[in-house]
Amino acid sequence: MKFNLKSKPLFAALVIALLVFPFVTDALLGHGWVRIADFALLYIMLALGLNIVVGYAGLLDLGYIAFFAVGAYTYALFCSPQFGLHWPIWIVLPLGALLACFFGVLLGAPTLRLRGDYLAIVTLGFGEIVRIFMNNLNAPVNITNGPQGISMIDPLRIGDFSFAKTHEFLGMDFTTVHLHYYLFLGFTLLVIFVSLRLQNSRIGRAWMAIREDEIAASAMGINTRNIKLLAFAMGATFGGLSGGLFAGFQGFVSPESFSLMESVMILCMVVLGGMGNITGVVLGGVLLVILPEAFRHGAGPLQEAILGKILIDPESLRMLMFGLALILVMLWRPAGLWPSSQHRRELAPDEATVHQEQETVYDASR
Amino acid sequence: MDIFLQQIINGLVQGSVYALVALGYTMVYGILGLINFAHGEVVMVGAMVALTSLQVLLGLAVAPVLAILVSLFVAIVACMALGYTIERVAYRPLRNAPRLAPLITAIGVSIVLQTLAMMIWGREYHAFPQPFANSLHAVGGAIITDVQLGIVIVALLMMSGLMLLIHRSRFGRAMRAVAENPSAAALMGVDINRVISATFMLGSALAAVAGFMVSANYGIVHYYMGFMLGLKAFTAAVLGGIGNLRGAMLGGVMLGLIESLGAGYIGDLSGGFFGSNYQDVFAFFVLIAVLVFRPTGLLGERVAERA
Repeated sequence: MKFNLKSKPLFAALVIALLVFPFVTDALLGHGWVRIADFALLYIMLALGLNIVVGYAGLLDLGYIAFFAVGAYTYALFCSPQFGLHWPIWIVLPLGALLACFFGVLLGAPTLRLRGDYLAIVTLGFGEIVRIFMNNLNAPVNITNGPQGISMIDPLRIGDFSFAKTHEFLGMDFTTVHLHYYLFLGFTLLVIFVSLRLQNSRIGRAWMAIREDEIAASAMGINTRNIKLLAFAMGATFGGLSGGLFAGFQGFVSPESFSLMESVMILCMVVLGGMGNITGVVLGGVLLVILPEAFRHGAGPLQEAILGKILIDPESLRMLMFGLALILVMLWRPAGLWPSSQHRRELAPDEATVHQEQETVYDASR
Repeated sequence: MDIFLQQIINGLVQGSVYALVALGYTMVYGILGLINFAHGEVVMVGAMVALTSLQVLLGLAVAPVLAILVSLFVAIVACMALGYTIERVAYRPLRNAPRLAPLITAIGVSIVLQTLAMMIWGREYHAFPQPFANSLHAVGGAIITDVQLGIVIVALLMMSGLMLLIHRSRFGRAMRAVAENPSAAALMGVDINRVISATFMLGSALAAVAGFMVSANYGIVHYYMGFMLGLKAFTAAVLGGIGNLRGAMLGGVMLGLIESLGAGYIGDLSGGFFGSNYQDVFAFFVLIAVLVFRPTGLLGERVAERA
């Protein structure tokens, strides 16, 4: 981080900016954009969770959305007319996170000794398995309602305070998207806080040691299997938590929301923003949610203004631009938009020495 | 018994297609250590180009055999050009970048290709022309169609040709050398960039053939068809041991068999609880199980992790 959060005026400005953000957005761009900001916060939580697995511990996980799905479906099943259960979120959100964590361990325990891309394809398979189960567990016993998904999920509610109604404080109307914004912001800050503390902890350093060189790490006395498992479990927990919030916010879940493309999207946020760097990951999350939306709204009018007619339908143009952006950003900044200082240190100085070092390591291991 | 045989035949046909696509993944991986995520889309483009070319040629009343051969050729050339371009634009500049950077550009390429295909050919399902009557042959109580027979034969020919090329020709030797150790190969006078480009083109040519086969077999082409096919083929490549050519073929055929047998028997095995819609689950479970016991795939060797 370039700017110092310990400087008080800057910190205060950031807090105020975050607090008034939904109202300013609402006034300038309209209600829909506050909703998009809510989703951006959910995605940031997911990206930060995946960042622990991919960025810190260096384990490529292509099925991360499965944990999000577990959290979302836990919330949906225990807080909807599906089984007639309406448990309070005190129980359901932690339960979802815990279940996701359990699944993380379940997946990790047998597979973490796989290396690199083998792990990637196994996690990918796991993600697909979870999605297919969600899609098909409506027969013979109807649990997930199959492809139709579960609707009429209870909104998030603390005691009598429902986040799905408009409340009035100090003469201002807080609509449901505003309330969710503050709730999600709180959770996001919590996740950021945990990530920050983890980063500089003994565990965090152990993760990075494993990422850089697993054999050396284990020679230094790190129990690599347990520490890797912990990374999986932590990442999954965050995924499950944000899944529960998603279900409560959306009021509807279906297997469609948990496709492989979503896992890939979250991975893009992490890598594009800058692996292992929290600010970078947050930036990646914000960009990848906002940019496609901006295109969705802006592409049509823009074409009309320039060309006088709609040449390419906005939806296609949006995907096209998105794909191109992924390519161009990576070509322009291979380490991500805002890489962690540690990565930078490894990449920048004295290329020749680093290169030579790596070569020798390779030759020795061949 | 005849259901069993039928599922074996279906599995072999599907498996031949997987094997051809998996070869593309595994060749690139063997040389660059990179998952070419866009490979599935190359298959799709091959199918689409073949579709258009067939439609045009049949519209001009060209003889069906000639039309098929020409379309196949056009698809191969188009895919080779595409493969070359993808490597040049999205992978070559990132050859010394962090490991995940080319993965992201690959995803980007994949999205771009899919969207472009959607814009050019539309969102709808296209019927793939069938210039011949697709006659059926009975084989011991099961049925195999002309197209299926053709797929298996062509796949076998392509694979033997590829093995010959890689193990007997000068270019193949250069390719194996680069896969073994790029810098040493460069010192021996191998032009690494040319070899890598050629590898991409070779893989894309196989992908074009595979695309043609899938479309002929199912009779349907769609802009989204490459995604799942690519995923399965990549799974097959990993199953066999990625980076290993024989592994890709074995993995492809095995995945095809596992899937079709799984789809055929999973209901009986689980007492009717799981239907054939769990086909993919079955395939992925087998993959995970295989990798747990053989972490580098069926034919993979222990290789050092590349950073």
